[in-house]
Amino acid sequence: MSLFDLRLQDVHSKLNNKELTVSDLVNASYRRITETDETIKAFLTLNEENARREADNLDKQLQEGGERGLLFGLPAGVKDNIVTEGLLTTCASQFLSNYNPIYDATTVSKLKSAQSVTIGKLNMDEFAMGGSNENSSYYPTRNPWNPEYVPGGSSGGSAASVAAGQVYFSLGSDTGGSIRQPAAYCGIVGLKPTYGLVSRFGLVAFASSLDQIGPLTKNVEDSAYVLQAIAGYDEKDSTSANVNIPDYTSALTGDVKGLRIGVPREYLGEGIDPQVKEAVMQALKTFESMGATWEEVSLPHTEYAIATYYLLASSEASSNLARFDGVRYGVRADNPDNLIDLYRKSRSQGFGPEVKRRIMLGTYALSSGYYDAYYLKAQKVRTLIKQDFDNVFNQYDIIIGPTAPTTAFKIGDQVGDPLTMYLNDICTIPVSLAGIPAISVPCGTADGMPIGLQIIGKAFDESTVLRAAHAFEQQTEFHKSRPQLG
Amino acid sequence: MSITIKDVEHVANLARLELSNEEKEQFTGQLNAILKYAEKLNSLDTDNVEPTSHVLPITNVMREDITRESLPIEKVLLNAPDEEDGQIKVPAVLE
Repeated sequence: MSLFDLRLQDVHSKLNNKELTVSDLVNASYRRITETDETIKAFLTLNEENARREADNLDKQLQEGGERGLLFGLPAGVKDNIVTEGLLTTCASQFLSNYNPIYDATTVSKLKSAQSVTIGKLNMDEFAMGGSNENSSYYPTRNPWNPEYVPGGSSGGSAASVAAGQVYFSLGSDTGGSIRQPAAYCGIVGLKPTYGLVSRFGLVAFASSLDQIGPLTKNVEDSAYVLQAIAGYDEKDSTSANVNIPDYTSALTGDVKGLRIGVPREYLGEGIDPQVKEAVMQALKTFESMGATWEEVSLPHTEYAIATYYLLASSEASSNLARFDGVRYGVRADNPDNLIDLYRKSRSQGFGPEVKRRIMLGTYALSSGYYDAYYLKAQKVRTLIKQDFDNVFNQYDIIIGPTAPTTAFKIGDQVGDPLTMYLNDICTIPVSLAGIPAISVPCGTADGMPIGLQIIGKAFDESTVLRAAHAFEQQTEFHKSRPQLG
Repeated sequence: MSITIKDVEHVANLARLELSNEEKEQFTGQLNAILKYAEKLNSLDTDNVEPTSHVLPITNVMREDITRESLPIEKVLLNAPDEEDGQIKVPAVLE
């Protein structure tokens, strides 16, 4: 068994009893990376020297005693669109191949306060645009369950590194499903918190009204611990919500008696793999056996969510990515004719095809004459999608469905067909548009590839989402299976 | 509404992107497909629906207008592709 399969409390008691050191944990992480990352390619940059120094410091602290952080000594991976001071942050883009941040994202500062150890930066789709990691401009990450398959995306490196046992946990970001979908494809737990619960300061912006950082972990308990460490108001993020942060681990009671579950028929209709549907139905039976009740409900505007999302997210992206002009940071093109040419050449050389496509779509949707028809229209439909959820949550505590309509697909299978690729996000995008929390937990396999169950909650009610996910996990063994690697 | 290569060239100019002929053709096809798909939104009546630009009821976040320490210039210039005398250098804007 890997050290990283130990429960957090067990790791900490072993550290207390001197059966284990932080250096052991950090060594185990780099050893596993050496063994497996030539195949998986989850990491873009390693932080080895600093991490080993940090492990020594923490081991010293361990001997001296005193107060310790919540995530003390745990090896962590950080998605490469979350800035880390002095540690290369590329967003998997050639444009930022030399970008060395001069500050830490708030979530990274919070991990430092919680005393986890940053092992390195994780691969992703360029600027978080994609659902397969094939849009990384360096190399695609591979699924630890079968390296011929995608790990999902955009937080594919974050999911694969946890599934492969390279780190104890990782941080990802989710704009339309980018934490939950790769978690589902890699058979781990991924939580997208309520919009505004976790600071976005230092997250390189893709779509500012949707982006949210969250944990990817092996189980729900770890997810609650990491969320505890990173949640909270931040004055550096003007969209940060000033709400009380509850004790998430105390919500993990195992009790879901009387919990009212809504199951949207739109998430189990056309396009869903029969094996995925069957796994979701089995999961609902598990909830029933624990005293919860479920009923079919409707989220009638689901079919409009993907069009809405791609107009809004691309519009916001086209504006956010205007900052990449080759002037202040990033790669500057050689021999420009003038300043405009410098912008044009730097951007054209630095961005990959999917990023260009979305900038083009967003620029078009925002351009004179089309704003009302596309952008404003999509914002109005977003209201209708959000109201769908409000209506269901008047009568139900949580919503359950699949995380993705299928399991992971083969690398290369959907390249060149952006629209089909976008349709993989049908179950996660509506949740992002509504800004509410959702978790993906393993609920079975189809032909050897993991299936994810999505549990969706009311805004800022992560506690109920975690409680339901944890209770399900207690009744099942899915989260315990690990891919066979090297 | 159908997008032509001319539209793609116009949008690329707005977005400060320089596209190859191959890219122009590819994007014309792909953007047409995506926008055609997006036309399904027109089947919804949204005349009396307020737009959602942001899911949280937060508006006008203010802070006290007090001077705070800025980042040191050396740090700010650390990632600048070209610099001179503590300033970021770009090609001449005026002749």
